[in-house]
Amino acid sequence: MSTQTMPLAKAITAGLRAALDADDSVMLMGEDIGRLGGVFRVTDGLQKDFGEHRVVDTPLAESGIVGTAIGLAMRGYRPVCEIQFDGFVFPAYDQITTQLSKMHYRSGGRVQVPVVIRIPYGGGIGAVEHHSESPEALFAHTAGLRVVSPATPQDAYDMIRAAVVSPDPVIFLEPKGRYWTKGEVDLDSPVPALSDGGTSDPLGTARVVRPGTDVTLVAYGPTVATVLSAAEALAAEGTSAEVVDLRSVSPLDVPTVADSVRRTGRCVVVHEAPTFLGSGAELAARLSEVCFYSLESPVLRVGGYHAPYPVAKLEHEYLPSVDRVLDAVDRALAH
Amino acid sequence: MSDQVTGGSDVAPADVVPLVQLVTPTGERVHEPDNRYAARVAHLTGDDLRAMYRDMVLTRRFDDEATALQRQGELGLYAQSAGQEAAQVGPAHALAAQDMVFPSYREHGILHVRGVDPVDRLKLYRGVDHGGWDPAEHNVHLYTLVIGSHVLHATGYAMGIQRDGAVGTGDPDRDTAVVACFGDGATSQGDVNEALVFAAVNDAPVVFWCQNNQWAISEPTTRQSSVPLYRRGEGFGVPSLRVDGNDALACYAVMAEALERAHAGHGPTFVEAYTYRMGAHTTSDDPTRYRERAEEEYWRQRDPIDRLAALLRAEGHWDADWAAGVDAEADALGETLRAGVRALDAPPTTSMFENVYATEHAQVGTERRWFTDYEAETAGTGQHDTEETAR
Repeated sequence: MSTQTMPLAKAITAGLRAALDADDSVMLMGEDIGRLGGVFRVTDGLQKDFGEHRVVDTPLAESGIVGTAIGLAMRGYRPVCEIQFDGFVFPAYDQITTQLSKMHYRSGGRVQVPVVIRIPYGGGIGAVEHHSESPEALFAHTAGLRVVSPATPQDAYDMIRAAVVSPDPVIFLEPKGRYWTKGEVDLDSPVPALSDGGTSDPLGTARVVRPGTDVTLVAYGPTVATVLSAAEALAAEGTSAEVVDLRSVSPLDVPTVADSVRRTGRCVVVHEAPTFLGSGAELAARLSEVCFYSLESPVLRVGGYHAPYPVAKLEHEYLPSVDRVLDAVDRALAH
Repeated sequence: MSDQVTGGSDVAPADVVPLVQLVTPTGERVHEPDNRYAARVAHLTGDDLRAMYRDMVLTRRFDDEATALQRQGELGLYAQSAGQEAAQVGPAHALAAQDMVFPSYREHGILHVRGVDPVDRLKLYRGVDHGGWDPAEHNVHLYTLVIGSHVLHATGYAMGIQRDGAVGTGDPDRDTAVVACFGDGATSQGDVNEALVFAAVNDAPVVFWCQNNQWAISEPTTRQSSVPLYRRGEGFGVPSLRVDGNDALACYAVMAEALERAHAGHGPTFVEAYTYRMGAHTTSDDPTRYRERAEEEYWRQRDPIDRLAALLRAEGHWDADWAAGVDAEADALGETLRAGVRALDAPPTTSMFENVYATEHAQVGTERRWFTDYEAETAGTGQHDTEETAR
């Protein structure tokens, strides 16, 4: 009963429902999230069950959504904001970076703003402009925010509940291209404890999802499935790839990745966001600092190009593909 | 007497803009045909009026002392409130204890009335704290330097009050409102306009208290709006009005009405308090580059403190001993500020890593350890200096 097979989107729905059930101060805010259930139906049925005061259709104003969420959080509420698409978060970028991220700091810890900002992100769905972007580095560069992205339905269920109970603001990036990928979800799994220093904290720890010995493939969100497919292909060729799902971009779990790279000697980081100044660049720098002498080859990155997200007819040439991951692994192994 | 309006940079001529005024610049009560606002100050006693006057004088002295401390190098910056005391002290006297204020960064008069420690108020400007006080202690949020951002926070907070059921109960100790303070320049910000949308459609218990002090640094109000600012609120469906911002009683009355509406659950009000920034934008500003001396003199004749003093005299509430006592209090405030501000040392260096997050964050932890080790290794060695010289 407690374990069900469901798509990632519905695992988030289940997590939000559990969070609303568990704490009356939790509320959802966003555009079209009420009667419509959100453009991706992630909040489907929640307004009907929890009422208009807890699942709130807001005016079409992203800065207003996040700004009022900050005020609600100051009053003791736990708002979970839905930004309809990644490219629409930028009107709220000011509130997120100048206000939300700094409130706890500038108040000397007196004011907590436990706001979650859910953003369907990433490409591969044939969308129009501004509907396929990966802005995680922009948020991870700002101290005070946690930036996470689940890759599996179970992690989605666990991580959204952990994000809601987090006293820190969380940018919760949902891989919209994987919304309908199904997996098993244990609905009775406990809400993960935050920052307990153990590996159970999905908001701060990476996870080895496939063990291997020859190369470490690092991914998060939508590219975890890509690198797992690449690992399968590599296995057929006799190359053993270890796959690490970062789950969190801020903080970065450098020790878990470094442990893997010390064993494999090679590392390829894969994300949809542009590689230039991205999370892969940070990870490469950190690995060169902490396990330089274990590296048999440079840390390589596979990701988006330094061009605006292209038209839908070209997106599969822009996005990291299994072939591009295999190409990078070949280059790493050639050293 | 509404000649005030001609002295500012506002686009509208004085005789067509309705203005709530209860006391003229020379201290006479204004006869109000419908008694709408006069009725709201009728209960104020001589002691009440003297308390307002005292708060305005102390706010002005705070301003003068802080400005002097900046000139002496004790503060990095200071934003003066001189000229706006009536538009701050007046409304602050109308607040209920549980009402929440979201100031911008010039509301020294409101903070004074709310009881925020005067030295704490200058920590931000001295560069020892980004905040300085506990918002929950006096129901005053921290100063916000990004123009207009906090107006959305105020509106969200008001939406929380609604969800708490703390409006419309009729219990004067429970019904709660929020005051969002901002200036003429902020009315152009998207966040202020979005806040008006959210407040209007939710009937949120928030008072939009816009102090139009005529100048957004060097830009006159004509660069912000083609209509009088209070009419902006009307466009959102929010009851809106202009009040003489140099008339403490009128500001009190208008705020009392707006709070009554909010407390009752009838939604927001937009108030344009028409006043004047007698000083510079901040201590880094030089108003002689962009405004006329004659304009400053015009408004100096309409100083809000002089106006309340004139009223007190006219109505027999002025007492020389009491006035001397207020001046002595102001002197004591000056001494407290000078000593208190000079005693504010830089916080410990590692405090820059504190409270970045409420929970442990690996990046902060790593960098904090590196920094602590670096400080320990280089302490007392003069290594910093040597390296600097070597470069």
